[in-house]
Amino acid sequence: MSSNALIIQGVGIVVAVACALPGVFLVLRRAAMVSDAISHSVLFGIVVGVMAFELEVGSPFLILMAALSGLLTVWLVELVIKSGRLANDAAIGLIFPILFSLAIVIINVFARNTHIDEHVVLLGELVFAPINRVRIFGASIPEGFVVMGSILIVNLVLLLLFYKELKITTFDPSLAAALGFSPTLIYYGLMTMVSITAVGAFDHVGAILAIALMIAPASTAYLLTNNLKWMIILSAFFGSISAVSGYWVSNWLDVNTSGTIAAMTGVYFLLALVFAPEHGLLARFIEATQRRRRFAVEMLVFHLFNHENTPEQANESSVTHFMEVLNWQPEKITQTTNQAVQTGLVHRKNGQLELTGKGRQLAETVMAR
Amino acid sequence: MDIIEFITSIFTSYTLRNVAMGAAIMGGVSGALGAFAMLRKQSLMGDAMSHAALPGIAIIFILTQLKTAAALFLGAFVSAWLGALLVMVVVRYTRIKADSGLGLVLAVFFGLGLALLSWIQRSMGANQAGLDKYLFGRAATLVQDDVITIAIFGAVAIILVVIFWKEFKLICFDVDFAATLGFPVRFLDVLLTSLIVLAIVLGLQMVGVVLMAAMVVAPAAAARQWTDNLAKMVILSALFGALSGSLGAIISATARGLSTGPIIVLTASAFAVFSLLFAPNRGLVWDWLRRRRNNRRLAAVRVLEVLHDLSQNHTNPQHPHPTATLQATLPSYAVPVTLKRLESEGLVKQPTAGQWTITQSGIRRTYQLFNDEQTSSSPNQSQEVRA
Repeated sequence: MSSNALIIQGVGIVVAVACALPGVFLVLRRAAMVSDAISHSVLFGIVVGVMAFELEVGSPFLILMAALSGLLTVWLVELVIKSGRLANDAAIGLIFPILFSLAIVIINVFARNTHIDEHVVLLGELVFAPINRVRIFGASIPEGFVVMGSILIVNLVLLLLFYKELKITTFDPSLAAALGFSPTLIYYGLMTMVSITAVGAFDHVGAILAIALMIAPASTAYLLTNNLKWMIILSAFFGSISAVSGYWVSNWLDVNTSGTIAAMTGVYFLLALVFAPEHGLLARFIEATQRRRRFAVEMLVFHLFNHENTPEQANESSVTHFMEVLNWQPEKITQTTNQAVQTGLVHRKNGQLELTGKGRQLAETVMAR
Repeated sequence: MDIIEFITSIFTSYTLRNVAMGAAIMGGVSGALGAFAMLRKQSLMGDAMSHAALPGIAIIFILTQLKTAAALFLGAFVSAWLGALLVMVVVRYTRIKADSGLGLVLAVFFGLGLALLSWIQRSMGANQAGLDKYLFGRAATLVQDDVITIAIFGAVAIILVVIFWKEFKLICFDVDFAATLGFPVRFLDVLLTSLIVLAIVLGLQMVGVVLMAAMVVAPAAAARQWTDNLAKMVILSALFGALSGSLGAIISATARGLSTGPIIVLTASAFAVFSLLFAPNRGLVWDWLRRRRNNRRLAAVRVLEVLHDLSQNHTNPQHPHPTATLQATLPSYAVPVTLKRLESEGLVKQPTAGQWTITQSGIRRTYQLFNDEQTSSSPNQSQEVRA
């Protein structure tokens, strides 16, 4: 493995973990699309910074400007929502395209010859990570490591400092407010984290990958655990393996690395969507089937119990009779009676069904429910 | 180019006519369907689905090497529709909420699309230039065949909306009621979503994948401010969409180097912002003015009341009081400004500068205002008080 390959994957992992930290809270707070809005309107801050203030690409002030334009978006969206004229999603859908469009028009008109280009914004190219280097303490370090590493550390410190606050405002905003935490303050704090992460990621991997790394690994983790700490760890893990596997796939097919990593986050999500133990589609399907069968057996047992020791018992207990009474299809009758016999709840006698002791017990518990 | 020449060129220039017509149809269709999307709280569905269209465009191109509008429409439609389906499945069967589902589909599909585009660029070379326009839109590339394709698909979408008008109205406002009436709610849901996908796909060539979502949101957001009636809202939204589509496309086609998408989106957003601020009834500016007027009236009443009380409590009713005393009594009102205003109406006066006392007409006005307030706060006129 060449050192370039190591650097690209390393930067990818750093970005993935930095994105996963705020991403988990966005997903839990149903604010995932805000990351989309922020990642797009960050371009506005960058363009204004470069055009109006003549900042260099990569300057810390430019990162600040861009992060501020992310916060501007959040503030404008909140303003529209508070006015009561538009719903949450419509407000987001109205505001960020305005800022993004403005940015592109400015680029079109004033910056046709500079190196800012709307395509770079979205596409990003992780492959350039080894080329851009900065010197720190005499050592030449890839810029992506420095920028994204700093952002990762900031996110990590903020998360550790405000873990309790983030947790309580996420899961129970009214309790948080009652206890004296300001949900608004924490919300804007989180959005600042998202903005800074988006800006850094923007420059090094492209906006789309930043969105993918914030939302997809967190959603994958959400399908696998009910514990917040584990959700954070798992989403950092899925982000990282997406970065590494995405790099190798893109290398193999010779395609855009950022796009491939974004696609890989989707692959892991799909796997979790289908196979997750508790919340996956397969598990839910199996559970629903089992519940349906259990319910059918209980119905059967209950029906038999109801008519036990009555004059109609013989008639009510015949297999053919269930078809009309319980409105069951023949296959369902066969399957349910077989299951009931196998589990020792009933036994067959002259084409009729009779409850066993165990079956009677079950019927009694069902009745007591 | 002067304005007359410009207007005649819209009717005579081949490119401009195509662009204006194509964009008008596109804007109209996405406006009309955007109104439904907004009412169903699916405004951001458009964002996700327009991004989700990208891999479809790339795959169709790889498979067929065709760049005709119709072929690429098909690819875009299928891929965006799959994205919408995935969002529906995720939201319906897991605990993941709509916003995460949308964001996920948006980023993952778009990432896949970018990877495929870069593959096309590397292995098919210059051909990719034609696909580039799908990112931010290029109106000038529109040819007559494209306009015809847009018109046909747009007409299909609008006709279906008219046919299923009652059903769509019902599922927009009360899905449960629609289900109890026996309407095939799931089918209608999928049909309406498919039509929204269709509207989005129609605009991709002009507005681009990244900003097409705005064409679903902005005209509807504008129309919503002018009416509470669904039919009026859909028609208005279509009008706003068509207008901003053609205006934006024409502007960008006449100026060199402008991407079409952002210009169309800014035009549509201008309609939305104007409507939010100035629409009758719902306009925020009217709200603000009304609130300011009420605040002023309230401050005037309170200041007069306090001055009146003070004059009653003194042996000399004309005993003056400094501004600071009044401000301390009424901390949440802008007392100095209010005093100046009352002075100009002759309701208060300053025997010495900065010392205030109420006049005879001020006392009369106090009683009058006090009575007005009593009547206007009675329950049968409560809607007056709301503002």
